[in-house]
Amino acid sequence: MLRRRFWLSITVCAAIFVVVSVSAPLIGSAHIDYTRALNGQSPDREILFYARIPRILLAILAGGALTLTGVLFQALLRDPLAEPFTLGISSGSSLGAVIAISLGLTTVAGIPAVLFTAFAGAAATLAIVLGIAFEGRRISSFTLLLAGVSINSISMAIILFLHNLASVSQSFAITRWLMGGLDSIEYRVLGGIAAIVLPVCALIFWRARDWNLLAVGEEWAAARGVPASKLLIGGYIAGSLMTASVTAFTGPIGFIGLIVPHGLRMALGADHRVLIPCSFFLGASFLIVCDTLARTVLAPTEIPVGVITAMLGGPFFIWLLRSRRRSLWL
Amino acid sequence: MSFDLTAVGLHYGAAEVLADVTARFRPGELVAIVGPNGAGKSTLLGIMAGLRHGYSGRCYYRERDILVWRRRAFARCVSFVPQSLKVDFPFNAEQVVTMGRTPYGGGLFETDEDHDAVERAMKITDTLAFRNRDFRSLSGGERQRVVIASALAQSPETLLLDEPTTYLDLKHQVETYRLLRDLAREGMLAVAITHDLNLALTYADRVLMLRAGRVVADGAPHDVLTAGRIHEVFSVTADLRNGNGDSRPWIVYAP
Repeated sequence: MLRRRFWLSITVCAAIFVVVSVSAPLIGSAHIDYTRALNGQSPDREILFYARIPRILLAILAGGALTLTGVLFQALLRDPLAEPFTLGISSGSSLGAVIAISLGLTTVAGIPAVLFTAFAGAAATLAIVLGIAFEGRRISSFTLLLAGVSINSISMAIILFLHNLASVSQSFAITRWLMGGLDSIEYRVLGGIAAIVLPVCALIFWRARDWNLLAVGEEWAAARGVPASKLLIGGYIAGSLMTASVTAFTGPIGFIGLIVPHGLRMALGADHRVLIPCSFFLGASFLIVCDTLARTVLAPTEIPVGVITAMLGGPFFIWLLRSRRRSLWL
Repeated sequence: MSFDLTAVGLHYGAAEVLADVTARFRPGELVAIVGPNGAGKSTLLGIMAGLRHGYSGRCYYRERDILVWRRRAFARCVSFVPQSLKVDFPFNAEQVVTMGRTPYGGGLFETDEDHDAVERAMKITDTLAFRNRDFRSLSGGERQRVVIASALAQSPETLLLDEPTTYLDLKHQVETYRLLRDLAREGMLAVAITHDLNLALTYADRVLMLRAGRVVADGAPHDVLTAGRIHEVFSVTADLRNGNGDSRPWIVYAP
């Protein structure tokens, strides 16, 4: 029964993903066509291969990684509101990236310096937020979210401060980390992000059964032979790594890890063997759709995709907060 | 010998939760742990389940320190039923029971053997009727039985239960203890914390009584649960009445 539902759910989500990612490049201010682009005709070829496809590949990696990080943190913290942005990790990671830019660091050993500082920012934020939220061995969900919101504000304030100190060219670059957005980035960089994100996703999927037990409780998992504390630490590192490797290039894109996992849980249940692959596919599709809106709504002006995800995800977050409060009081 | 505890003690800061607990548990016994609130019953069970660390003394399972046991191997031998379980996500009853198969799992999916164990566990706990319902929508008693089913699905040789009948109605209280007694007769060790002295008296093979972290008495139910000791430990005046025929005596509390 599980096997059939597993393959059926994944097939449906993968099909949606394929349809969205193949049709999205055709939408935009300039009308293009796959046949002409593949025949090497200008400007279709340039628009498709150097503008739209790299941007959609970035949307796939960012959407997939951020949604999956949401699923993972929700399981580890047993809180359906946990997600890289609501926990402040996206902003902490952005601050890390901005510090690298302000200091004029470009590459370290051939790897973009923003990656290192973004990861340092993500890990530090997570440590601080968890440090604030832990009361003994228990986590207070209320404190957790408040700590996330506070870290968000502090990070944004420091980013704005650095923005004002920066030179004109740096200041233009920093704008990206104030409100997350997608760009057409080089294939080499995309390959680098994929080299981090995809293996981490595979690792998380490999442990899917264990996340089910941890989502019920640490003691519940430990009593069934799951190495709970190791997996908790590993999960936090994996989530920070994915958030950082995406945020280093996109800035903070909020609430992506909230809507898709919640909808999937309502439709398919909480089994992480189904939830993890489906979240990746639908999270990626969701960000592609949001970014296509961002490119076209005010065309030829583009708005950052973070604006769209916040306008959709923010109200959803409030709705979740309210419905959960009701269930807590009943 | 299943469990062999020697001088087990535990402090929380200056507060002494357990002190000098020495006890042995054999396969084939149903042992009831009784005692007032704060006597250290749950702490003792948590140590035996391998979930509490930082205690003094030694706790061995099958001649091997439980701190040395590999967790998965230990989970195939010993399963633990917590006092209550709060679930925040929409797992259904069958999924919660299936989690008991985790120490056997290697792959992504459960094997036929796993499905059989889950089916059996749900059958004897009377939970098949709501296997597809969201765990959170079940009543307290239904949840408790699902959690017991999950522990049985682990196919353990030892069951540790922290107040397994707290939320159960009379029928399911009695059935749970009959089930534990039957499992013990088939060779399993079952250790259950309970506040119901009559259930302990009726079904247990042995009663371990704790007060303020120390063992007050340990032995056959009618030897441990005397009117004098109940008064001494629980500060309640009680009387023991003899049942008809071969039934065991029961405790009557002073009105």
